[in-house]
Amino acid sequence: MAIRSFLFLLLLFFSSLNPILSLYEDQVGLMDWHQQFIGKVKQAVFHTQKTGRKRVVVSTEENVIASLDLRHGEIFWRHVLATNDVIDGIDIAIGKYVITLSSGGSILRAWNLPDGQMVWESSLQGPKHSKSLLLVLTNLKVDKDNVVIVFTNGRLHAVSSIDGEVLWKKDFEAESLDVQQVIQPPGSDLVYVVGFAASSQFEMYQINARNGELLKHESAAFSGGFLGEVSLVSSETLVALDSTGSILLTISFHNGKISFQQTPISNLVGDSLGPAAITPSSVTGIFSLKVNAITIFIRVIGEGKLEVLEKTNLKTAVSDALSISEGKQAFALIQHAGSEIHLTVKPADDWDGNLLKESIKMDRQRGLVHKVFINNYIRTDRSYGFRVLIVMEDHSLLLLQQGEIVWSREDGLASIIDVTTSELPVEKDGVSVAKVEHNLFEWLKGHMLKLKGTLMLASPEDMAAIQSMRLKSSEKSKMTRDHNGFRKLLIVLTRAGKLFALHTGDGRIVWSHLLQSLHKPQACQHLIGLNLYQWQVPHHHAMDENPSVLVVGRCGPSLDAPGVLSFVDTYTGKELSSLSLAHSVAQVIPLPYTDSTEQRLHLLIDADQHAHLYPKTPEAIGIFQREFSNIYWYSVEDDNGIIKGHALKSKCTSEVADEFCFDSRELWSVVFPSESEKIIATVTRKLNEVVHTQAKVIADQDVMYKYLSRNLLFVATAAPKASGEIGSVTPEESWLVAYLIDTVTGRILHRVTHHGSQGPVHAVFSENWVVYHYFNLRVHRYEMSVIEIYDQSRADDKDVWKLVLGKHNLTSPISSYSRPEVITKSQSYFFTHSLKSIAVTSTAKGITSKQLLIGTIGDQVLALDKRFLDPRRSVNPTQAEKEEGIIPLTDLLPIIPQSYVTHALRVEGLQGIVTVPAKLESTTLVFAHGVDLFFTQLAPSRTYDSLTEDFSYALLLITIVALVAAIFVTWILSERKELQEKWR
Amino acid sequence: MKTTEVIVAFILTLSLLSFPSLGFQSDELLVDDEEFGLEGAPQPRSPEPIPSRSQPVTTPTRKRHSDLDSDSKIQFSLDHAFGDSDFTPAGTFSARLKTWSHGGQTLTKLRFSRNSFTDEEKEKFKNLLESDDFYRIRLPSNVLSPPGRDFIISSVKARCLPREGLDEHFVIHMEGINVLAVNYGSPGSCPYPRNLKLPAKWSFNSHTVLKNSEQAPRAPVFTEEILGGENGEGEVVPPPERSFWAKYWMYLIPLGLIVMNAITQAMNLPEEQAAGQVPAQGQPSGGAVQRGPSSAVRRR
Repeated sequence: MAIRSFLFLLLLFFSSLNPILSLYEDQVGLMDWHQQFIGKVKQAVFHTQKTGRKRVVVSTEENVIASLDLRHGEIFWRHVLATNDVIDGIDIAIGKYVITLSSGGSILRAWNLPDGQMVWESSLQGPKHSKSLLLVLTNLKVDKDNVVIVFTNGRLHAVSSIDGEVLWKKDFEAESLDVQQVIQPPGSDLVYVVGFAASSQFEMYQINARNGELLKHESAAFSGGFLGEVSLVSSETLVALDSTGSILLTISFHNGKISFQQTPISNLVGDSLGPAAITPSSVTGIFSLKVNAITIFIRVIGEGKLEVLEKTNLKTAVSDALSISEGKQAFALIQHAGSEIHLTVKPADDWDGNLLKESIKMDRQRGLVHKVFINNYIRTDRSYGFRVLIVMEDHSLLLLQQGEIVWSREDGLASIIDVTTSELPVEKDGVSVAKVEHNLFEWLKGHMLKLKGTLMLASPEDMAAIQSMRLKSSEKSKMTRDHNGFRKLLIVLTRAGKLFALHTGDGRIVWSHLLQSLHKPQACQHLIGLNLYQWQVPHHHAMDENPSVLVVGRCGPSLDAPGVLSFVDTYTGKELSSLSLAHSVAQVIPLPYTDSTEQRLHLLIDADQHAHLYPKTPEAIGIFQREFSNIYWYSVEDDNGIIKGHALKSKCTSEVADEFCFDSRELWSVVFPSESEKIIATVTRKLNEVVHTQAKVIADQDVMYKYLSRNLLFVATAAPKASGEIGSVTPEESWLVAYLIDTVTGRILHRVTHHGSQGPVHAVFSENWVVYHYFNLRVHRYEMSVIEIYDQSRADDKDVWKLVLGKHNLTSPISSYSRPEVITKSQSYFFTHSLKSIAVTSTAKGITSKQLLIGTIGDQVLALDKRFLDPRRSVNPTQAEKEEGIIPLTDLLPIIPQSYVTHALRVEGLQGIVTVPAKLESTTLVFAHGVDLFFTQLAPSRTYDSLTEDFSYALLLITIVALVAAIFVTWILSERKELQEKWR
Repeated sequence: MKTTEVIVAFILTLSLLSFPSLGFQSDELLVDDEEFGLEGAPQPRSPEPIPSRSQPVTTPTRKRHSDLDSDSKIQFSLDHAFGDSDFTPAGTFSARLKTWSHGGQTLTKLRFSRNSFTDEEKEKFKNLLESDDFYRIRLPSNVLSPPGRDFIISSVKARCLPREGLDEHFVIHMEGINVLAVNYGSPGSCPYPRNLKLPAKWSFNSHTVLKNSEQAPRAPVFTEEILGGENGEGEVVPPPERSFWAKYWMYLIPLGLIVMNAITQAMNLPEEQAAGQVPAQGQPSGGAVQRGPSSAVRRR
C-alpha cells in the first residue's frame, strides 16, 4: 500500500516537473484560432501604378498601417505602431514608398510599398505644438528627388522622399499662428501656407518649394473671427465660417492679395437653421455644409458668389476628389435611404452629370457610412469604372464595385472593450437515423485513417486528409452545447457599440448587433458602450429559455451623462428591450442573487452615490430587502487618491417616488497623502472564481488556511513623481506601496513598500494571492512579486482535541467585523519582459493548478506556472517540500519557449486576456484580444480527465476485436486438441 | 503515554493562559517603538495591542515646541457619529512627533484619551445597538494641520463593541505625519448573527496601535553564489548510493516471477513428455502425485 502511494507520488512529481503543455507542429490550429484585423480606417490611399493597382494602403485609429488586397480584402502587410504613435497622415511618394506622419507630427517614416519594409525614418522637431499636415509634391523635383512637405510643431519641413533627409526647414515664429492648410498650386513650385492668427487674422505665406525661401507674406484681418474647419475649393480659394457660425467667408488669395467675401447662410438656405459646420473635403469648386441634420452642397462661382446645389436631410458622406483626367475631377457621394445606400459619383464641374449611380442593399447592423474613399479603374470596354471603399459606423470596411459589396472586413473587432461568454443551446432530440449512419460511417472512416497514420501506413495524401479533417472537424464548430463545455459563444462589445457573438470553435461571427438604442439620435448623441454583464443564465429552464446579456452604455463622454441599458438575447442577437436611464452609471455591481426567472439582480451606482436596483420588479425588491444590510461596495477616486466604502442607507428621498432607488452612506475612507502616493492600480478577485479548498497542506503535514475573503482589494500606489516613464526619476525618489484592503470595513490587512521601484503595475488577484509586476530602478530590472495571505484565526482548527471537544469554529460564519488575524508571505522575483496584461487560468472547480497568463510586450501570451511564484520557495527545499512541488529558489522567473500559448503567432496590440472555465475540470478557455484575436484551450496540469483529441479509438477497438478473436481461436484450437487427445 | 503528555501540556497552556489575569496588571503604556523594528525581518504575527486606560491625560492644551532634539508633542482629535448623525468630538490622541535628520517625521508614543459617553450619547448608542447600525469614527488625515485633505472615516456595527465594557481597537496606518487609514473595530471576533447585548459599564477600553509601512523583501540575487552554491550543495548532500536492489526492485520482481514461471513450465514440459512416452500404467513415482489430476482427466 505504502509502495503504491509512494509510486503514485513519484509519478505525480515527475509529471509535475514538466507542466508546460507545448504543442506539436501539426496540432496548431486544432484548438486555437487567430484572426487579424486593422481597426477603423482613418485614411486610405490607393496605389495606381502597375501591380500596386490591386492594393490600398490604409491607416487606422488603432495605429495600424496596412496594405490590403483590393480584390479580396486580405492583408498584404501590416504594421501596428505603439499606442502613443498616432498616425496623422499617410501618402504615397515616388510610386513605391508609403509615407506616414505620426506621433503628433514628429516622426516621418517611409515604408516600401510591396512588402512593407521600413525604408527610412526621420524625426522632425519644432518650436511649439501645432497641427500636423503632410503633403507629397508630385510634380516637383528638387535634384531629381521628390519632396515631402511636412508642417509640424510650428515648422515647415521639406523632406527628401528617397532617404528622408531634411532638405530645408522654415519656422513660423508668429506665436498664435494656427496653420490650416498647406497648398501647392498645380504646375508651380510654390507652396502656400495659410492659417489664422489671433483668431481674427488671416495669414498667407508664399514659399518657394525648392529652397524654402519666403517669397511673400500677406495678412488681413476679419473682425468676425473664424470657426473650426476650412474647406479648400481651389488652390487659391478657401471657404471658412465666422465665429458665430452663421456667415460663410470666401477667402481668396490670388497673387498674394487677400480678399474676403461674406455670405450669410440664411441668404443661401432661406431661413436660419442654427449653427453650421463645414465638412472638410477637397473637391474643386464645391464644399458641403452641415446645418443640424441637413447637408447642403454649395458651389463657388467666381468671386465669392455661392450657389446652392442640393439640400438634403438624408445621411450623407462625401469622398475627396479624385482626378480622372486632365483637369477633371470626380467625387463620390453616399446617401442613406432606408435599408439601401445610394452611391453617386459626380464630376466636380457638373452636379447633375452623374458618372455613376448605384443602389446597394446594406445591412442595418452596420449603421451609417462614416467615410468614403474613391478609386477609379479602366473597365474592359476602356471606360472609367469607379469603386469606393466605405467605412461604416460599426468600423467595418467594405469595397463597393459594380453595385455590389465585393468584400467586407469586420474591423470593429480590433477594438474590443468587454468580453463575456454564453452557453450554446442544448442539443434537441430527434436526430434522423440517416444522419447517425452517415456520421458513424464518417467517424469510422476518420478513425481508420488515423489508425493508418499511427501504424505508419498512411500515404502522404492520407496524411493531408487526416490533417485537414482534424482542422475542420465539424464537431468543434457545432451550434450546440457539448459535454466538455468547449463550445461557447464569446460575446464581445466593441468600441463602436456593436455586439458580436463569436463561436469558440472556429472564431466565426454567429451574429452581430449594432445597439440600436445606442444610436437613436434623439435619445443619445454619442453613446459609449461600457460593459457587458450576464443578465440571465437559465439553468432550470435551459431548454426553453435563452440566456441574455446586459449592455451598459453612457450617453456622452462625461461621467454624469445618463446611462443606457440594453438587453440582448445571446442565441439570436435580438435586442429584447432597452432602457434610457434618468441617472448616470458610475459602477455596476452584479449581485449574487437571482429571481425566479433566473435574472441576476444588478445594482447600478450613479455619480451621486445613489444605488438603483435592476430588474425593476417587486420580486427583485423582495430579494434585495432581505440582503439589504449585507451589501457593501467601494469606490476609487484615482485622481484624488481616496478609496471610500459605502453601504445602503434607505430609500431615496427625492420628490419622485422610486422604490428601486436607495441612498448610500460612507462607511470608511482611506486617504493616500497626495504628496507621496498616487493610486496606479487596483485589482480584485474575479466574482465568479471557484476555489476548491480553503486548506493548503504544506510539507510537514501541517495545514495553512487560505484567507479567502471575496472583499479584498489590491491597491498599488507610487510616488507621484515616479508615475511617469521608467527612468524619469532616481531610485531615491521613487517607491511603490502595495496594499491589501478589506472593502467591507476598510481595514488595511497588509501594506508593504518597495523602495526604488515604480510602475506601471500590472496585477492579478486570485484565491488568496496576488501577483504584481513593476520595475525596480535599483537593479534596472522588472520584478514580479507575490503576496499570499493566510488566515491565522483558523490555524488552531487542526487541533484534534478541539474537534473532539466541539470547540472548533469550522462552521461559524465569518464576519468582516471580526479582527482579522492574517499572516502574509511574499517574495519577489526578476522577470525579463515588460507586460501588457496579466491574467490567471480559471477552471470549473478550481482543482487544477493555476497558470499565470502573461501578455508580453511582444504581443504574445506566455503561460507561467504559479508554482514559480510561490513565496515558500527556498534555496534547498527539503525532500518533503520537493514532493509538495516546491521549486528551488531562483532569482529569475524562467521563460520556457514552449510555454508560449500563442506559439508562433502574435496578438498585435494585445489589450486583454480573458479566461473562461470549460466544463471539463482540467481545461480552461483562453481568449486574448487586441487588434488581433486569439483563442485556445489550455490544460495547466494536462488533460488528466479525458482522452486527447488524437486518441485512436479504432486502434483500441481493433485490439479488443483481435483479442476476442484470439480467445475464440485458441479456445477452438484447445477444444480440438483436447478431442484429439481423447481419441488417442 | 502520549495522551497524558498532551493532556499535561494542555493543562499547562491553560494555566499559562489564565495566569496573567490573576497576577499584577501593569498600568504602564507600552510604546510601540516602530523605529527600532527590524528592517526586513519576518513580520510579527499580529502587533501586540497596547492597552491604554481611558483616563484623561493631564495635558489638555496643545503644546508644540520646536526643540533642538526636534521632539514635539502633538494632539489630534477623534470624532464619532451615531448612525448618520453629525460627527462630535469623542477623544484625543496625543503623541510625540519625531523629526529625523533626513527630514522625515514620524509619530511615536501614541496615547489616547477617550471622553466618556454623556447620557444623550448613551441613549444614541443604545438606539444603534437596537437597530444594529453603524458607529462611525473619524480622524484627520494630517495630524499637523487637521483635517488635512479629508477625514479618515471608519465604522463598525455597534453590536461588535460591547463586552464587559465597550472594547475598541484602533490600528492607525501612518505615512510620516499623514494618517492613511484606521482599522477600527472590536479587539476580538464579532461573529455574524450579532446579538443585542448591552454593555455592563459604559466606559471604553481602548487599544491603539500605530503602524508604518514595511519594507518588501528583496528579490534574491544569485550572482556569484550560484556556482558556489551548487558546488557546496554537491559537497554537502551527496546523493546516497543506493544498493542495486533498492534501485531496480520494481524490475527485478516481475523478472523474477517470469523466470520462475518459465522454470516451472520448463520443468513441467519434459516430465509431461516423459509421461506421454511412458504408457499410462500408473508408476508410483513422485511425478505421479503431481500429474494425478491430469492423468485422471485423461482417463475419463
